[in-house]
Amino acid sequence: MSPPPPAPAAGPAWALRCRGLHRHLGEGEGRVHVLKGVSFEAERGQVYAIVGPSGCGKSTLLYLLGLLDRPDEGEIEINGRRMSNHDDAARTAARGEHIGFVFQFHFLMLEFTALENVMMPMRKLGRLPPAAMRERAHALLDSVGLGAKTHRLGTQLSGGEQQRVAIARALANQPAILLADEPTGNLDVRNSNLVFDLLTRLAKDNGQAVVLVTHNPEIAQRCDVTRPMRDGLFV
Amino acid sequence: MTSPNLRIAYRFLTAKKRAMVMSLSCTVLGVGLFIVTQATTSGFERFFTKTILGINGAIRIEDKIQDTMRSMAAAGGGDSHFARRDGVKYIEGIEEPQALMAAVREFANVRGVSAVVRGNVQLQSAFKAEDAQVFGIRLEDHVRVSDLAEQVTNGSLEDFRNSPTGALVGRVLADRLQLAVGDSLVISARGASRRVQVAAIYETGYREVDKTNVYLHQAEARSLLKRPGGATFLQISLHDPARAPQDAARLEQVLRHSVKAWQEREKTWLAVFRALRISTMITVSVFTLIASLAMFNTLAMIVLEKTKDIAILRSMGYERRDVTRIFLWQAGIVLAVGAIAGALLGAAVTWLVSQVPLPINGIFKTDRFIVTWDPAHYAGAVLTAVVMVMVASLIPARRAARLEPGDIVRGTAQ
Ligand SMILES: Nc1ncnc2c1ncn2[C@@H]1O[C@H](COP(=O)(O)OP(=O)(O)OP(=O)(O)O)[C@@H](O)[C@H]1O
Ligand SMILES: [Mg+2]
Repeated sequence: MSPPPPAPAAGPAWALRCRGLHRHLGEGEGRVHVLKGVSFEAERGQVYAIVGPSGCGKSTLLYLLGLLDRPDEGEIEINGRRMSNHDDAARTAARGEHIGFVFQFHFLMLEFTALENVMMPMRKLGRLPPAAMRERAHALLDSVGLGAKTHRLGTQLSGGEQQRVAIARALANQPAILLADEPTGNLDVRNSNLVFDLLTRLAKDNGQAVVLVTHNPEIAQRCDVTRPMRDGLFV
Repeated sequence: MTSPNLRIAYRFLTAKKRAMVMSLSCTVLGVGLFIVTQATTSGFERFFTKTILGINGAIRIEDKIQDTMRSMAAAGGGDSHFARRDGVKYIEGIEEPQALMAAVREFANVRGVSAVVRGNVQLQSAFKAEDAQVFGIRLEDHVRVSDLAEQVTNGSLEDFRNSPTGALVGRVLADRLQLAVGDSLVISARGASRRVQVAAIYETGYREVDKTNVYLHQAEARSLLKRPGGATFLQISLHDPARAPQDAARLEQVLRHSVKAWQEREKTWLAVFRALRISTMITVSVFTLIASLAMFNTLAMIVLEKTKDIAILRSMGYERRDVTRIFLWQAGIVLAVGAIAGALLGAAVTWLVSQVPLPINGIFKTDRFIVTWDPAHYAGAVLTAVVMVMVASLIPARRAARLEPGDIVRGTAQ
């Protein structure tokens, strides 16, 4: 683990920060203390790997950081703004603008083409004119090696291809923070490297903070920071 | 640029073709059936109204109101001249029709007024005798308060106009007496009799009328019934017959005579039509209800099937209200297509029904199913469908919006 280089972008160096996150899951007898006071920060331009055994709470943490879920206790800051106790509308807006999320399982909206999937977050944000959205979506799909399959429906793509479209989609709005739950889980070595190189390049070129969960030690090793997790806490 | 929500709605909907076709056809049927039932029920009602207005006019004035006990005593003797209804006393008939007609003509809504002398008579043809009622009219006045001109089926009103002893005989009565145009018959009343000629035969379709009413020139009727002056009633037609009750109330107040609007006169039949309309409304509402339940079912199914897509959308910054709209748009698409197709279906079926042969005679005469073409029926059908389907869609749409993305991705959303 090398020391983090100075942040290339202006503003606060921390794109993402959380303090003392607790999360219980389940009801009654089955209630489990999944996260037991997790603290974590991600700097712009850096790639982080969260590793740990299955069931230790990696996905649960990522949902909290992605503002898809609320912690029982603790603080989350996105770009220096405390988000954990904001209302749903503010959290939704922050998701659309600042966060790209790649889910561990189901990736795409299957009735839509790869191109439409990638354009979906841009259409909601509405920052670009339609032609520019299309162009950017093409470029993103190209960069994950799917330039030839832009008009395939989700159902006509393999698991690994779907995963790469999902990564392209997560990058659509140029989010400051990219959260990816096992983004290379379904990919062969060549495509794993392609995706990982893309994420690293983006982090370096655009100053995005990339946090990924991975079971792949090689990938973890190539990240700037690796945070091992065990039983709801970083060790 | 179409909204992303509409695009998403369209894809979600078309991905579940069978359910969509189901709720679409329910909507089409609901809208179409609504239109057809409205067109047919109101068709008969309007035709009935036109028939009775064409016979008896919109308002009838008869019987002077007796003001006080004293004036009643002053009027003296004959009990038969007095009637008590609802605590008001009446003197039978109209004493000064000319003055009353002039007063009636002052009312803006009045189109025409005709004084009629009526009496019970016996008719004798070469074949047999029948009881009947004779109506003494001034033709020029009476064609303004009735559809007599259109009701003539044999002979012509011209012949009647030009023949002082001519008579207009109803179709049923003419058949019973085996009378044809040009035949003569004897009318007797109060011991006197006169010979008249059938100038024309008319048919209103209202059997009671066609069986009993004989129209004579007023002078002829007066000498037959021995009534040199006065009238039995005044018949009035209005520019806007719907306003008859209000006009009748004003006329009664001003003229101090008993005044009846057609809505009161025909309230039994009108009540029958209203009952018919309500019962068909209920049937049709059931169809629209089924359409809204089908839409509810379709959307609830799509919500269940698309929870993961909802989580993906929410993770990309789509708000709760976007999710609501995506599902309401789906209902909107079904409604838009369903309304247009339903209106076309309604129009087509209405036309087909209007071609169905259906001879009716009794309270009106027709040989085909009667329909009305009224844009209000189409608007009403679409509006009902929109309201019911939208209300039904709101429930699954809001349920979808309430789902927490975190719960969905963990698989614990319920
Ligand atoms: N709804 C739930 N009720 C109770 N416990 C739950 C629920 N959902 C998840 N858990 C538990 O929470 C813990 C953390 O789950 P999480 O999905 O975060 O693990 P993970 O580290 O991502 O594992 P993996 O590497 O297999 O993806 C697990 O032990 C799991 O059993
Ligand atoms: Mg996980």
